[in-house]
Amino acid sequence: MKLSKIIFLAGLFLLNFNSFAQNIPDKPNPPRLVNDFAEILTVREKQALENKLVTFSNETSTQIAIVTVKSLNGYDKASFSFQLGEKWGVGQKGSDNGIIILVKPKTRQERGQVFVAPGYGLEGVVPDATAKKIVEHDMLPLFKRSEYYSGLDAATNTLISLTKGEFTATQYNKATRKKSSHLPILFILIAIFFTIFGRSGRHRSMGHNLPFWMLLGMMGGSSNSGSFGDFSSGGGSFGGGFGGGSFGGGGAGGSW
Amino acid sequence: MKRKSWIILGIIVVILLIFYSSAKNTYNTMVDLQEGVNKQWSDVENVYQRRADLIPNLVNTVKGYASHEKETLTQVIEARAKATKVSINADNLNAQNIQQFQQAQQGLSSALSKLMVVVEKYPDLKANQNFLELQSQLEGTENRIAVERRKFNQSAKNYNTFIRKFPKNIYASIFNFDKKTYFEAMKGADKAPEVKF
Repeated sequence: MKLSKIIFLAGLFLLNFNSFAQNIPDKPNPPRLVNDFAEILTVREKQALENKLVTFSNETSTQIAIVTVKSLNGYDKASFSFQLGEKWGVGQKGSDNGIIILVKPKTRQERGQVFVAPGYGLEGVVPDATAKKIVEHDMLPLFKRSEYYSGLDAATNTLISLTKGEFTATQYNKATRKKSSHLPILFILIAIFFTIFGRSGRHRSMGHNLPFWMLLGMMGGSSNSGSFGDFSSGGGSFGGGFGGGSFGGGGAGGSW
Repeated sequence: MKRKSWIILGIIVVILLIFYSSAKNTYNTMVDLQEGVNKQWSDVENVYQRRADLIPNLVNTVKGYASHEKETLTQVIEARAKATKVSINADNLNAQNIQQFQQAQQGLSSALSKLMVVVEKYPDLKANQNFLELQSQLEGTENRIAVERRKFNQSAKNYNTFIRKFPKNIYASIFNFDKKTYFEAMKGADKAPEVKF
């Protein structure tokens, strides 16, 4: 019964999926909000957008990230945006107040694609219909004329005015989780045992036993250290970097 | 003689303590992970519910312009009724239940995509502001469904990986922590129904 169960479960495990973001660009280091991988902006334009977004991020903790890519690597533009947002952690953890603006410029062979994806926490102020309007009014008309900077500038202005009141730049205390440990109790009990044992066997050499107990104690301790809940804290040019926000699939896009 | 029995007793106590300590840690982590999976499952159901909630409004809007398409509209309503009936408690997520859930939702997806094809014939409807908003909401909901399903699979994978590793698999079988089933893409269901207007 147990064995058949195990075989069944193992069988299920073999049907595993391998859909984890492989072709999504890595988080920029040092972190920055304007990531022009497709090279459609001039240095000055990039700087202007970056300054505006960093200022906004420092004031409100809301992070708007612009990402331009040469190719979506086979992803749908929506899921590319969500997975990228999730991977980089745009927005603050807990508030989930990040926004991704994804642009794949038009080439001779392929249509241009654009997507605006607000994180969970901003779906209320930037509902899908609004995101759609931003795409269609602020960006697409300008993108069609290859005026990428003006389109992104207009879109970020709209997003900034929409999300301004939503969050304030309260310090997000990074919850440093304390792992509960049994180590102290274990040591106390060992110590108690030790005194009893020590008393009865005082004359014999107990010195060489010590490493053995220490070793056991360490073994008990090492079972605590899981890799759960350790997030990398950013720390870079803008307000401490990306904060670990999460994306739930809100937003809208368009193509030209 | 006395000293020897003390040593044995001591070793037993220490072994028990180590066992207790590691069992407790493993158990608690398994509970955390399992709760994570359960929570994620309710998120999955939520987004499907969100889609179901959009449908009455959508059907009414379409009806105003395309009253001839009664059959298609009825199909959507029926599929919606069927889909909302199937709901699974997170505690008994097994392959069969998930399959059933998916089938009901899949029925709704295909009824919806049929409706969207029909809608193509009505340019007035496609220009209606209300309809346009419903369209972007529906698209957004399909995106959300895809995201939450993916997240569900990820949290199930975390949990499954954890309970299957040695020595945690021993504790898992002692405490009856079963493996969670993944959301598997049905034929063609990994793609959201094409919503073109």
